[in-house]
Amino acid sequence: MSDIVADAPEAVEDHAADHGDHGGHGAHGGHHTSLGLSNTKLAMWLFLGSECLLFGGLISTYMLYRNRQGSGPSPDQLWDIPFTSASSFVLLMSSLTMVLAVSAAGRKDDRNTNLWLTVTAVLGGLFVAGQVYEFTTFYREGLGYTDSLFASSFYTLTGFHGVHVSIGIIMLLATVGMVAKNRISGDKAETIEMVGLYWHFVDIVWIIIFTLVYLIPA
Amino acid sequence: MDVDAPTIPEPNSDPESADEAIGMDESALVDDAERAASDTEHDGHEHGLSDNRYIVIAVILAVITAAEVAASYVDLGPAFIPLLLGMMVLKFFIVASFFMHLKFDNPIFTWLFYTGLVLAVLVYAAALTTFQFWV
Repeated sequence: MSDIVADAPEAVEDHAADHGDHGGHGAHGGHHTSLGLSNTKLAMWLFLGSECLLFGGLISTYMLYRNRQGSGPSPDQLWDIPFTSASSFVLLMSSLTMVLAVSAAGRKDDRNTNLWLTVTAVLGGLFVAGQVYEFTTFYREGLGYTDSLFASSFYTLTGFHGVHVSIGIIMLLATVGMVAKNRISGDKAETIEMVGLYWHFVDIVWIIIFTLVYLIPA
Repeated sequence: MDVDAPTIPEPNSDPESADEAIGMDESALVDDAERAASDTEHDGHEHGLSDNRYIVIAVILAVITAAEVAASYVDLGPAFIPLLLGMMVLKFFIVASFFMHLKFDNPIFTWLFYTGLVLAVLVYAAALTTFQFWV
């Protein structure tokens, strides 16, 4: 009996360590802060906060210079609103497929997780292809990168966003491969959720860009 | 004066019932640990909407986008820009709250994100003001 009494605290401690405790290892191997939050999730939100500052600066610069077209074409001569609306719809739907992937990962359904991640990557690729088509069209119509402040700020803003989408596509495809080969250590659902947070942020930035750049006239 | 001596309970001479009492205490401690663990896990993945609800939200976002585009073809006068900005902000909050799970996560994440966002907006509004953007 004295052995059981002596061993009980240790047994409870081991059990708590296996199943998660505040300030230590999480239930699935992830580390938690002393607030009980996931370190990974906290880091991702802080990173997205820094991205807000990046895109805030780029958007502000565009808003400042949107009327400085010089002798080049103006936005109303260039924008193809139906085409860009279709692009926006594609990116919006990719956010849906991303959240479905996160949901599937939460249910530990690897097959559907990979399916939705792949569809998200394909939709993202479609969006980037649309951007590339737009850029080449604008360039042919006389909007070069250094032609005016409007051109520089527009290409920089949308180009940075396009690069972020492209990096997101690489992350998605890498995650598909890692899920397929069971190479994700720690909490798989949380990893997918982090990729999802990045992707949704990229979508949110486009929501702002689409309205401020394309829909609101200069 | 006689004072009754405090009675000391006799040690339980039945080893089986003693073991049972200790086992009950241990299981109570284990239950507490499991409850704490499940509270921690709740911060993880057992929250959010069903897939059908996400689809409904996506449809709502698509409708708002269509309304934005339609508004750009109609002459709404001075109401145009506030309306567009309102729809933009609405879409922003829907994606952040539901798709990014802010609504279901620890409120600290919401505070972090929106405080940073408000600060960024104020900073850039101040910067644009120095360039007389609003004039």
